[in-house]
Amino acid sequence: MSRNPDLNIDHVARLARLALTPEEKATFAQQLGDVLHHIEQLAKVDVSGVEPSAHAFAVNNVWQEDVARPGLPVEQALHNAPAQRDHMIVVPKVVE
Amino acid sequence: MAGLFYQTIARLSADLAAKKLSAVELTQAVIARAKAVEPRIRAFNSFDESDALAQAAESDARRAAGRSRGSLEGIPIGLKDVIAVQNQPLTASSRMLANFVSPYDATVTTRLKAAGAILFGRLNCDEFAMGSSTENSAFHPTANPWDVTRVPGGSSGGSAAALAAGEAIATLGSDTGGSIRQPAAFCGVVGLKPTYGLVSRYGLIAFASSLDQIGPFARTVGDAAVLLGAIAGHDERDSTSYRVEIPDYAAALEGRRGPWKLGIPKEYFGAGLDPEIGAAVERAIDFYRGLGCEVREVSLPHTQYCLDTYYIIATAEASSNLARYDGIRYGHRASGAKDVVDLYFQSRAEGFGAEVKRRIILGTYVLSSGYYDAYYLRAQKVRTLIRRDFLAAYQQVDALITPTSPIPAFKLGEKSDPLAMYLCDVYTIGVNLAGLPGISVPCGFTAAGLPIGLQLIGQPFQEAQLLAIAHAYEREHEWSQRHPALASSG
Repeated sequence: MSRNPDLNIDHVARLARLALTPEEKATFAQQLGDVLHHIEQLAKVDVSGVEPSAHAFAVNNVWQEDVARPGLPVEQALHNAPAQRDHMIVVPKVVE
Repeated sequence: MAGLFYQTIARLSADLAAKKLSAVELTQAVIARAKAVEPRIRAFNSFDESDALAQAAESDARRAAGRSRGSLEGIPIGLKDVIAVQNQPLTASSRMLANFVSPYDATVTTRLKAAGAILFGRLNCDEFAMGSSTENSAFHPTANPWDVTRVPGGSSGGSAAALAAGEAIATLGSDTGGSIRQPAAFCGVVGLKPTYGLVSRYGLIAFASSLDQIGPFARTVGDAAVLLGAIAGHDERDSTSYRVEIPDYAAALEGRRGPWKLGIPKEYFGAGLDPEIGAAVERAIDFYRGLGCEVREVSLPHTQYCLDTYYIIATAEASSNLARYDGIRYGHRASGAKDVVDLYFQSRAEGFGAEVKRRIILGTYVLSSGYYDAYYLRAQKVRTLIRRDFLAAYQQVDALITPTSPIPAFKLGEKSDPLAMYLCDVYTIGVNLAGLPGISVPCGFTAAGLPIGLQLIGQPFQEAQLLAIAHAYEREHEWSQRHPALASSG
């Protein structure tokens, strides 16, 4: 069982916009420490001169005609919104 | 003869065409079966009985009017609950999307409808397709029909279990690291992960975009071929979709009987492989030798790095893809947040389960400043090496044979450690990293009666050949005609 000294759970959770309980932080730090320990073996691979692959079969420069097409009606687009009013999504106040 | 709900698409299509059977009768039989076994299996998150029967009545009307649509006319097909169907729930088995109703159809959904299929049910899975047992579903676990104390595999566990239990005639799942092939192996059915880019991902809830592919679960290789033919092909709504000619996969099955050159990657037969599974796969290899196939050992030297490469790339992409769930436009919104930023933190904390949070944290970490080069960029380079291994092997052979999973279905609750769960995927993730097609075909049972899966890995976009190789095995074996004991008691 290992913890990774570099893995600052508070910092990473902040980046991920994820509130974690103290119990979750302790558990994840340990479990992810194990996973990161396993992952360390990748450092042994010689990757000098190797190009990274973002996809197995990269498709580049995919263009579509610049023409308007029908989209979702407003009612349907907002159907899953947690809170709405007058065809707009309601959120907590963002400007004081 | 087994019940209607255990027949193949091929057989049912013939009976429907000959008017020996109506789509309504068939759909009623599948619904009745689902109602009988669901208390034990729990493969579905939900199903809409009246909607399915209405679709079936329309199918019968089309047929009566001589306007049958296509290869799946009147066939009930279940979809994993990460594939969008307009006006049906789409939950990803997550509290985050517990009340989400899809406003549109995925491209595969549109294509299944165009082929005449009856779409029935939302199938359980690991939350956001993250897991290997379906125990990460926020709603309930699914049981393996062969032994209800065991998992069906995952993440597409509901798709595999429903089919094995006779609750669907065929199903679709998604496969990011083995999520179609491993549950197919655990539940004794056929599961195909197509080449990356062959099937549109439009309308599939994104987990790891460079690895995700939708594919079929079916009783036979022939049925899988019919389904693949219905869903494959270029789609302008998915910019990673490939422009390739789609052959008649079902016709290709009988076209060529080999002999093929088959490779045995030695790295897939090492420590950790269950001896009963190893023996079953060896028997399958002997079968191919008997067909006149040349079988030779090959090496995929970077195999030992697949798991680590996968967990860096998949979690990095997941952390990015799941950033959209912020409680604002759709999905779960926490109450009582003190401001809009706090709303993001609290909604995500409440909406996501433990495995999803773990992967978001890991993915955010490997992408974060100071670690990107060491983890993410390095993993992308190792992916190149993994891919080269496979392409080099295909200089010598047509396809590769491996076990699908190192172990048979394990007990519910047995693997509580995340790393132990990740290790279940060792034989399937290389295929996703290299973007290749892979199929799991039943190849026997353990002494305890659990199904064993044989994995065949093909060359990019050579699904017709891969299916033909799988079919050559299946047609001489009777594994796919066995059904769980549940059949007689249900």
